[in-house]
Amino acid sequence: MADFIQLLVAGLATGGIYALVAIGFTLLWQTSQTINFAQGEFVMLPAFFILIAMGAGVPFWAAVAIGIVISAIVLGVLFKRLLVDPMIRHGVLPLAIATMALALFLKEAVKDFYGAEAQPFPPLAADMNVSFLGATVSLQSLIVLAIAFGAVVALQLFLNRTRAGRMMQATAQNPTVARILGIPVDRMILIAFVINAVLAALASALVTPIYLAKFSNGEYLGIAAFIAAIVGGFNQVRGAIVGGLLLGVIDNFAAAYLSAQYRAAIPLLLLIVVIIFRPQGLLGRVEERTV
Amino acid sequence: MAVLEVRDLSKQFGGIHAVEGVSFDVNEGEILGIIGPNGSGKSTLFNCILGQLQPSAGEVRLDGRAVTGMRPCDLNRLGVSRTFQLLQVFPELTVRENLILAAQEHKGSMLSRLFGARDVGLTGDANRMIEFFRLSHLADAKAGGLSYGQQKLLDAAMAFMAGPRLVLLDEPAGGVNLTMLASLRDRLEAINREGATFVVIEHNMEFVMSLCSRIVVLAEGRIIAEGKPETVRQDPKVIEAYLGH
Amino acid sequence: MNRRVVGIVAGLIIVAGLIAAPFGLKPYGIYILTLWAVTTIAAIGLNLTLGYAGQISLAQGAFVGIGAYAATLLTTHGWPLGSAYVVAAAACFAIGWLLGYPALRVQHHYLAFVTLAFATLAYLVFRNEEWLTGGIYGISNIPRPSLFGYLLRAPRGFYYFCLANLAVVSFAAWWLIRSPWGRAFVALRENPLRALSLGVDTRRYTLMAFALGAGLGGISGVLYAPLVQYIDPTPFSLLLSLNLLLMVIVGGSGYFFGPFVGAIVAVLLPEWLQAASKYYLFYYAAFVMLLLIVSPSGIIGFFERRFTAARKIESPASATEVKVA
Repeated sequence: MADFIQLLVAGLATGGIYALVAIGFTLLWQTSQTINFAQGEFVMLPAFFILIAMGAGVPFWAAVAIGIVISAIVLGVLFKRLLVDPMIRHGVLPLAIATMALALFLKEAVKDFYGAEAQPFPPLAADMNVSFLGATVSLQSLIVLAIAFGAVVALQLFLNRTRAGRMMQATAQNPTVARILGIPVDRMILIAFVINAVLAALASALVTPIYLAKFSNGEYLGIAAFIAAIVGGFNQVRGAIVGGLLLGVIDNFAAAYLSAQYRAAIPLLLLIVVIIFRPQGLLGRVEERTV
Repeated sequence: MAVLEVRDLSKQFGGIHAVEGVSFDVNEGEILGIIGPNGSGKSTLFNCILGQLQPSAGEVRLDGRAVTGMRPCDLNRLGVSRTFQLLQVFPELTVRENLILAAQEHKGSMLSRLFGARDVGLTGDANRMIEFFRLSHLADAKAGGLSYGQQKLLDAAMAFMAGPRLVLLDEPAGGVNLTMLASLRDRLEAINREGATFVVIEHNMEFVMSLCSRIVVLAEGRIIAEGKPETVRQDPKVIEAYLGH
Repeated sequence: MNRRVVGIVAGLIIVAGLIAAPFGLKPYGIYILTLWAVTTIAAIGLNLTLGYAGQISLAQGAFVGIGAYAATLLTTHGWPLGSAYVVAAAACFAIGWLLGYPALRVQHHYLAFVTLAFATLAYLVFRNEEWLTGGIYGISNIPRPSLFGYLLRAPRGFYYFCLANLAVVSFAAWWLIRSPWGRAFVALRENPLRALSLGVDTRRYTLMAFALGAGLGGISGVLYAPLVQYIDPTPFSLLLSLNLLLMVIVGGSGYFFGPFVGAIVAVLLPEWLQAASKYYLFYYAAFVMLLLIVSPSGIIGFFERRFTAARKIESPASATEVKVA
């Protein structure tokens, strides 16, 4: 039982990180039909912003703040203005392919101009264990869980309790109608991109201590975000949260009980099962039938 | 036996009865007009007859054969076609190619069409249609380059090419200037003289009254009047339905 | 000067260049050129599915893999390569039909999901079914084919063989597009509702395009196996499917020469850049991004817009606007 709780907490912590990444991914899709294949790299990159800031002598927490701000500008505003805006009128696919190229661009940029070696990254909490519900869990897991949970709650409060947030939800559900209602749709979309960048930067600070800062981190995280979004339901933010948590927990249990080869297959099998039996995702809405 | 028989056709969307108990015939060689105020269910009726929507109740027969709810492409193969309110020619294809496309799916099988002639033997028919609708000088032009009125003619031509048995025209006069309108009416009358049977939904009263041999009036999903144009025009129920809106 | 004449002359020069090329290249250069030819076949298949029928397939890489493993298993057991063509094309065509038939009845982009699931499944099978595929250890010593008794082992001989394959596939694709089917594809891509009302069985044509595209993927794989002569699951992941998508989009989706140009960008360009700089992937990625920003309809789309005033019509799969009929 103690093992179970330990795995569950660790799984939820990882899942929380996946959820952060998947939420942003879903928001981009909902508001602007952007499939961001560079989402994983968006989580890989901020860690390097933070390391560079720390290298310049800035203390850790200030560096994290700087990293988040730079991410919001570069991966939010610049991404939208330079890459998405020129292409959005031409459909889903060209933009999706462009984000594929962006992923490679960011990955290679870090590898070529920072370094190919994995860099250590400071954890958010001391490396110690605490007693929780009768089991021993790492403090790091609990802190990650708390921060991820906090971020999600903050986002939900924003979306449901503030005027801007409700306008954003309207934009996400139906941009055309939102425009007619006088909602500044383009600004809402920009906000969505900034939120995505901030969540990704936060996820970066939470996940990089585990995997170390390396240019190739984006690969796995991108796939995880994608699977979490699809499993949870591509047209709902709540779905992304559920998908992320579920994926984190399942993945963690699989790692503990299965061999490495089978463990890697589990998220993929989950994806296959969801697509076949519930293609709209666990929380998603069914869309119209074709003729 | 009529070409088309519609019996007790109904369509509900949730609690809304868009079409309710509609029955009428379309006889060989006639031009039937369907009119009614906005929201009376004309387009829904068309869509139900043509298989774009599944009727909630009722029956549609083509030459005595039950075709209720058949897929549009299958119905088309039996000789029924339509135009849409929003103009829908294929801009990238030439005028002639549009017409060949309109009829090619009736000829032979899919496989024979892959290995047979490029024009599926339809160049003659297409040319005849082009001449009939007076588009000869534009035969090899891309349809996207035609004027709105010319595209409307092409649209109608495609429908007749595709539906030798019965054509349903959805607001063919919409957005067309007076000169073109006269030309369109002239061509439709001419093709009717050749034996084509068709049904027209229209808002343009003058157009419908002068073109159609018989009129059906729809209001709130039901037929409220039927008969010759002069009779219908003076029917108090019809006047009320229109004035009431 | 007549555009048609210019086109034909340019075409002849290019074909002559392709035939002469191996004489000026080292074996590695010939290998890369052969890889381009083989990849183009898969891209032509995907262009059929995506560019002409408007359906997103994420499984083209899996079909290439099926073709490659079919060829590997057959030729390492003494069967001629010809048998692999039949098996791979038939299997991929059938799978395409089986996947597409139910998928196309449901919501519009469901096929994309189904192909994603299938690609994932195929990769798992390639990796885990060691008894069949050799798993992660792969299968090596794949023989090159022989034609009329001549063994095509040398790079140049095998290159011409692949080039000939590409020529045949190109001709078949050209025939398809020029036929009444091509007209039906234009119709179903531009306006499926209208096409349906004109008797075009949009579902069947889409299914055909997808199944044929899958079959071409399989054939590409059949040539890939003897090219690299060692097969393991790594090349056939989702990455290959995404890369093929990139080729079709960058080349120009729905244009006949799009796949050829797209394959040049994805296969040849990184090689050329690698000779110039060790940061070649960085420059490659930047190039692709800039290209798409400047011309989302790809390279051929860019030239078409330059030389014609006519508007290009986007395929339904790439359009964000919802058409209200």
